[in-house]
Amino acid sequence: MTKQHANWSPYDNNGGTCVAIAGSDYCVIAADTRMSTGYSILTRDYSKIHKLADKAVLSSSGFQADVKALQKVLKSRHLVYQHQHNKQMSCPAMAQLLSNTLYFKRFFPYYAFNVLSGLDEQGKGCVFTYDAVGSYEKVGYSAQGSGSTLIMPFLDNQLKSPSPLLLPAQDAITPLSEPEAVDLVKTVFASATERDIYTGDKLEIMILKADGIRTEVMDLRKD
Amino acid sequence: MFRNQYDTDVTTWSPTGRLFQVEYAMEAVKQGSAAIGLRSRSHVVLACVNKAQSELSSHQKKIFKVDDHIGVAIAGLTADGRVLSRYMRSEAINHSFTYESPLPVGRLVVHLADKAQVCTQRSWKRPYGVGLLVGGLDESGAHLYYNCPSGNYFEYQAFAIGSRSQAAKTYLERRFESFGDASREDLIKDAILAVRETLQGETLKSSLCTVSVLGVGEPFHFLDQETIQKVIDTFEKVPEDEEGEAGEGEGEAEAAPAEHGDGGAGDQDVAPMEM
Repeated sequence: MTKQHANWSPYDNNGGTCVAIAGSDYCVIAADTRMSTGYSILTRDYSKIHKLADKAVLSSSGFQADVKALQKVLKSRHLVYQHQHNKQMSCPAMAQLLSNTLYFKRFFPYYAFNVLSGLDEQGKGCVFTYDAVGSYEKVGYSAQGSGSTLIMPFLDNQLKSPSPLLLPAQDAITPLSEPEAVDLVKTVFASATERDIYTGDKLEIMILKADGIRTEVMDLRKD
Repeated sequence: MFRNQYDTDVTTWSPTGRLFQVEYAMEAVKQGSAAIGLRSRSHVVLACVNKAQSELSSHQKKIFKVDDHIGVAIAGLTADGRVLSRYMRSEAINHSFTYESPLPVGRLVVHLADKAQVCTQRSWKRPYGVGLLVGGLDESGAHLYYNCPSGNYFEYQAFAIGSRSQAAKTYLERRFESFGDASREDLIKDAILAVRETLQGETLKSSLCTVSVLGVGEPFHFLDQETIQKVIDTFEKVPEDEEGEAGEGEGEAEAAPAEHGDGGAGDQDVAPMEM
């Protein structure tokens, strides 16, 4: 007697890719705007980037319904934090909150592959990368989603992140300037779009600096 | 009010049909320092008097932000007020989460009133000793409500609670007909003038009062000391020497750290929830 399997799944994958790069005084967050299901496109114009706090931006690929629910929970928790502490949450604080929120649903996870990025309390760029159940790490750059396997090796090649095993611990922040980082992101997405069917349409780039947030949009291949 | 044999428990009626514990709770509201609220069609202003325990301490926080569109001013047992503010904030957040829209003020005050009523009908509880002036803006316009320990609530165009509030109420009664169409600036000026009435002779300074505003296109926030002082200067002419002397005393009270944002410029940019 073989085990009966469900004929219905609570999850779906809406595809897409998210990338973030941390700089010395800036942070670049980028994601494509294609939302798909199976081999169909649901929309070409869906933003996967969401501002959680002044200095913390969340970008998530995976099941967008779970992503939306996760964003709502984090937004409410941030409001409670603001009421209690009279200030906005810092990026590292939000990183821990996100991890805890994800692990809270360890046995029915949010199908969300997150990259949290922003500026830390010293004003330096920071990027935190997660798995679906909240395991996270502070890194200099990260890619998540359907195009991540195409993008990460290239970022490793370009941004030469030192191994965390090497001592003394080295900063993971890229020495690239902001325009160089934005250019790198555009290149990387153009390439991923070529080979990943779930990535394309448009690229939304958010650049976070101490004085505010700037957004850029670039067209990608629509096939 | 006289002590009698029916006032020990909140669950004991008097022969004349009164619950004395509830009435005593309303007395507690009258003991607190004054809080004033007024509204126009598009804005609500909440103001209060900053009464400190002593010259050494800071004053208590009496106005709380509940959400971008709702603020509350309290008078009475401030600890009870703080707890109720936390409840109101949580209600606003939960409503926002479920319905993706701001909590209508009328709903919030009903929740508050029902919560207060529970404490008037349980032998192991006591009524909340705080009166709340809830001001907010929703789809049906600007509102100002007063919630009392009895579990009743009323809507007002303008109201004042706490000690010496009668003076403020008299002033507001004279002026309230003009509030509906008043401009934001006039409304703020009227609020500060009402606060002045409760001070009864004491010179009005910006350090003595806290003023908050919310309205159409304007989320709840506190006015900084400079702005308040400018409004005061338009109607208060204080002789130089008196101001200098009083200024020093107030300087000490202001220097006390506390969580009270010192209303300095720039505080509002850094901390959106300041105060």
